[in-house]
Amino acid sequence: MKFILPIVLVAVTAVLIAVALTTANATGKTVGISAGSAFLTAKPATPDQALSNLLLNAKRRNWDEAFNSVSNAQPVNKQSFIQDWTGSYGSLRAFSSLEGYDIRPLHITNDEAQMRVRLHWTTPVGPIEDVRDFRLAREGDIWKTLWPKSDMPNVPSQVIPVTYLRWDLVSGGSDDEWGAKNIDAPHVRIVSMNPLDFAEGAVVLGEVVNEDTIPAFVNVTATLVDGSGNAIDEETSFDKIDHILLPKQVTPYRIDFPKVNLKNVKNVRMNIKATLVPASADPVIGVMNQKVDPDYQGKAVLRGDLFNESGQTVNIPHVIASLYDNNGKVLWVADGYVERALLPQTSAPFTIEIPKNMASKVQNFHVVVNQYSVGRN
Amino acid sequence: MQSFLHCGVVCLALFLAQARAQDITAPKSAVAGEQVSLSIAGSGKGTFYLIGPGISNKHEINLGEEMKLRGDVLRTAGDYQVIVCGDPCKSATFYVMPAKPFSISFLVHPSRVPVSQSDAVSGVALPFDQFHNLVLAPVPINFQLAAGKASLLNKTEMTQSGAAWFRTASSKSAGALQVTAAFQDISAKRVVQQVASEPCNLRLTGQRNAKGILVQTEPVHDCSGNPVPDGTIVSFTANAGGVKSTVDAPIKKGLASAQMDANGAAVISGASGVVMGNELRMGAK
Repeated sequence: MKFILPIVLVAVTAVLIAVALTTANATGKTVGISAGSAFLTAKPATPDQALSNLLLNAKRRNWDEAFNSVSNAQPVNKQSFIQDWTGSYGSLRAFSSLEGYDIRPLHITNDEAQMRVRLHWTTPVGPIEDVRDFRLAREGDIWKTLWPKSDMPNVPSQVIPVTYLRWDLVSGGSDDEWGAKNIDAPHVRIVSMNPLDFAEGAVVLGEVVNEDTIPAFVNVTATLVDGSGNAIDEETSFDKIDHILLPKQVTPYRIDFPKVNLKNVKNVRMNIKATLVPASADPVIGVMNQKVDPDYQGKAVLRGDLFNESGQTVNIPHVIASLYDNNGKVLWVADGYVERALLPQTSAPFTIEIPKNMASKVQNFHVVVNQYSVGRN
Repeated sequence: MQSFLHCGVVCLALFLAQARAQDITAPKSAVAGEQVSLSIAGSGKGTFYLIGPGISNKHEINLGEEMKLRGDVLRTAGDYQVIVCGDPCKSATFYVMPAKPFSISFLVHPSRVPVSQSDAVSGVALPFDQFHNLVLAPVPINFQLAAGKASLLNKTEMTQSGAAWFRTASSKSAGALQVTAAFQDISAKRVVQQVASEPCNLRLTGQRNAKGILVQTEPVHDCSGNPVPDGTIVSFTANAGGVKSTVDAPIKKGLASAQMDANGAAVISGASGVVMGNELRMGAK
């Protein structure tokens, strides 16, 4: 009788360990393991299990195991498979981690399956969600993922002549006489401002133009004021603006005020600060094939392709769009990061989600591309 | 504590001096940095106080002798008070005027200005003597504005309360505007950069190539014929079958160009600032 309790405890412990090892779920956290196998994975007897194994191993950066989950039928290179997950050329993906995933079957037969996965990434610019469709095939009594061939562009060696244009800033010495070094700040102007209520609070948005002949570093601040003249909140445009504006360039801006009800706001004080900064006119990034389409969930998205017309690699492209109604009023400012680096003379797709209640009103849009490049920002 | 006592003594002396007869002869005015002679009636020893802007002095003197104040104690323009305490205390005041102009502080606004703008350039000149006193007496300041070899302005303004100023239009040509304020052999120079105004008559040309359509502007000028500065953004837009492509391209060497990704028939337009260019209608490839 005195052995029953220890035996039960040992048995329960063993069962719990087995359950934990075999059913480590998608959103579970892996602590202290950056690579290598520390857990058992279940036999991929179903498409769902096979894809789970692949994603779990990818999440743990257990590349050998992950690559073993991929069907050999496709000409997949292990290095490009890893690069697909870890990013390259200092892209946003290279600084991101797979936090979790949700798998949803789309179509399953005895031998083939198509699954849709929502991948949750943690990135330096906040959480990013990515949706990918995977095809799986049965090989004997197990399922494997048919990994698509990498669509990473292969840029041939070439010489791209560029007329390089930049502005340098020369500051006078401290012993200059008074009045001799007064270089005016760039002239920038807020061309539109539209406060509106949004799901999570109030939003102030609009556009700014650099009217000067020199580049400007721009930041927009808005202060919400109540009926008594007291400031309710003050926020800046943070990353919802293209901070460096070249002459005559226009950028959208959006300032979010979480948990502020616009009904309590009587006035909005806008403040724009422009500073003279050294800047470069390159790289030039074109925004091609822009159109509003429904995405896989039926939500309206603005999609298109970024085309790098210069000879420099853009590590992290950032797309900001003004959405206008039929009167040309800015309805909304949306933005999105492109996770892949933009190599010279290549394209990369982007999508920006349009809020559901505004999709029907959007008549036009203006897209600008902000960029972060290693060694130049 | 010592300064407090000193101040107390000075105040007491002032009080006594106001109450007694004035037997100090001082000039009504003097010039900054120049020596001043005072004659003080009386005999025996006395205590001399000098109180002025930024200075207070005290020393023992022999009454009845002429007193010379060195120029270096009278560098700051303003009212000075002399108090001599023998028996009784006496006081006098005199005014030290700024010396002749030695330098000109010159403030010109703005540092950059579009061409052909009326009342766009202004400048203020303030003459100072060698001791940094603002010269309040009227002084003729000659303002000269020159763009290249052309003289745009040459006029003389008298200072009023220590300041002379001008306001004028920018010229029609872009480039450096040399602005000079001068008095006799003293001058101060500033440079205003005159820049092209808004682009005018933006003309686009386009041709198909292997990648799509290469569109470029003709040389971009403002309405006065000045080339618009390199780096100015020209926004190209191509509409092809409901699909829009845009490129914000900077002007380089006077032209802006962009590669547009459009295989079908497309309508291409361009804009820079508030100026729209012509529309290009390109047929399908």
